[in-house]
Amino acid sequence: MTTQATLPPLSEEMARLQRRAIRRRRTNRALTYALAFLLVAWILVPLLLIASMAFSTVDAVRAYPKSLLPNPVSFETMTFFLNSQGVVDSTVRSIVVALLTVVFSTLVATPAGYAISRYLFRGRDLFKLSILAVRAFPIVVLAVPLAVMFIQFRMRDQLYSLALVHTALTLPTTILVMSSVFASVPRELEEAAHVFGSSPVRAFLQVVLPLAAPGIAASAIFTFVTSWNEVFAAVILTIRSRTLPAQVLTVLGTSPLEYKFAGAFFMLIPSLIFIFFIRKYLFNMWGQITK
Amino acid sequence: MAEIRIENVFKYFGKVTAVNNVSLTVHDQEFVVLLGPSGCGKTTLLRAVAGLGLPDSGRISIGNREVTYLPPRERSISMVFQNYAIFPHMTVYDNVAFGLKMRKADKAEIDRNVRRAAEMLHIEEMLERFPSQMSGGQRQRVAVARAIAIKTDVLLMDEPLSNLDALLRLEMRAELKRLLADLHTTTIYVTHDQIEALSMGDRIAVMRNGEILQCDAPTTVYDQPANKFIGGFIGNPPMNFLLGQVQRHNGSLHVQVGDYALKPAPIYDSELKRYDGQQVVVGIRAENMEAMSQPAEDALQVRVMVVEPLGSQTLLTIKIHEDIIKLATHPDFPAVPDQDIWVRFPAEKIRLMDPQSGKTLLSS
Repeated sequence: MTTQATLPPLSEEMARLQRRAIRRRRTNRALTYALAFLLVAWILVPLLLIASMAFSTVDAVRAYPKSLLPNPVSFETMTFFLNSQGVVDSTVRSIVVALLTVVFSTLVATPAGYAISRYLFRGRDLFKLSILAVRAFPIVVLAVPLAVMFIQFRMRDQLYSLALVHTALTLPTTILVMSSVFASVPRELEEAAHVFGSSPVRAFLQVVLPLAAPGIAASAIFTFVTSWNEVFAAVILTIRSRTLPAQVLTVLGTSPLEYKFAGAFFMLIPSLIFIFFIRKYLFNMWGQITK
Repeated sequence: MAEIRIENVFKYFGKVTAVNNVSLTVHDQEFVVLLGPSGCGKTTLLRAVAGLGLPDSGRISIGNREVTYLPPRERSISMVFQNYAIFPHMTVYDNVAFGLKMRKADKAEIDRNVRRAAEMLHIEEMLERFPSQMSGGQRQRVAVARAIAIKTDVLLMDEPLSNLDALLRLEMRAELKRLLADLHTTTIYVTHDQIEALSMGDRIAVMRNGEILQCDAPTTVYDQPANKFIGGFIGNPPMNFLLGQVQRHNGSLHVQVGDYALKPAPIYDSELKRYDGQQVVVGIRAENMEAMSQPAEDALQVRVMVVEPLGSQTLLTIKIHEDIIKLATHPDFPAVPDQDIWVRFPAEKIRLMDPQSGKTLLSS
């Protein structure tokens, strides 16, 4: 650059300081990248390994050392898993439980989140605390008394009762997510709807709900994945109507390696799809609304 | 076609009295501005009229109907919000049509009214757009169009121009005034901007600490403020205040400010008697003093401290006795700092106030 030529040369001391500052910045950046790379690898390498094993031949799965990419690509392993006894049935059950959980959880969390975000009512803080309290007890502690209660009420081994437990587990998160979603919808919009002739219910349906929809969808997806992945309550509370994680866990000790890899991959799919979906949805819609 | 009657309204937030025994009648088709510093209760009062925040006691009527505790949708009101509050998930058309749809108007009527309102605000080209594709000024127009698309008894405006930049605000101010004059709606307009209040209102209600201090025509509020606070709040620069003492000279009362004897207008005579020998505050506006470069009869000699040319006028900072005041002169007036000039106080422009309460001596 021509401007640089006109600058007076730096003194020895200044040049040294400047070199050191530049070097430090480069090291910092390199460290940041290395750390980010490690974090990503920590999550991605197991996923990649599972996916590649799921699409290898049975022989390749048992071989050692394993290759990172399937060679040759084969559906042998996946087919074996899907044809194993109880897999299809338990998958259907898992989906039913997850969908029931989504319905229950959304039906409770939407009004609860709205109330927390909009109304100052007596006992509001206590209510918020009591929601979190469910999370304070590990499911291990909760599951046994729940099993006893379910037996008493003849609700044992029922899909809807498992869905109720999953709802209880997801509610703390979904209620808090919903309350922040509703808090992000400006109150003035609702007031404008009231002034221009809406009843409170209509204002909620026509103005608040459409604007909160992306958030509600996100929390529903979260609920679905949580229920799909939940294994402990599922194992304790179901006998014949096992969900997929419970089914896989029960036979895990006695099943061959290819069953484990294929099962792991199969159970990963919804989470992966939904996380990609959520990410796009959240960034797009929330950005637009808060503008 | 409706008169708004606010009677003895109180509103508390915890221990704070936001609206303190306010009574105000806005006549049919009148444009009243609620003016005051932030936190004075003006928005709270407006929201009570709108039904968005119910008063703790008192009564509000619109037309001949008491509406104090009615929900907003049953009040026949329409409103422009400070942050516009237009619905981001609806097109401009649907936004403007919202009130009409809620009133279950038929399609043709909705369309006719939306287009009429859009034309009045020059947004007819943008009806299919979403709010996120519009500038702040355009959104503001949508908010006003939505408010005038429905025919209501009352139009409420809560600082509608405060989010616009200065130039746009100037333009919208004149446009709104013309628009509202054409509509003949009874209007309450909340603002903290005294220029907006002076330029738009039929009457200005000045509020402080939840109370209405004065409610008069803009020129009256400006020239004859009811107290020291209003004189200091309205006008740029604010009204000057000098401390003086009432003295008797040859049988007539005058106000002594330093070495200068002010002779107030005769209307003050009876009130001044009560203040004989006591102190009063003399209020005078910067542009109401007469500055001269030569000594003259009845003129006070003062020293110029600062000269600020503002284009349309020149502002002089001068010291009179103990008080530092501002004086506005014609830009051609020759003045330099540390120069002596002579100032005359026209008796009819002087307001006298009680130094403790700040109230004017005239109970007008």
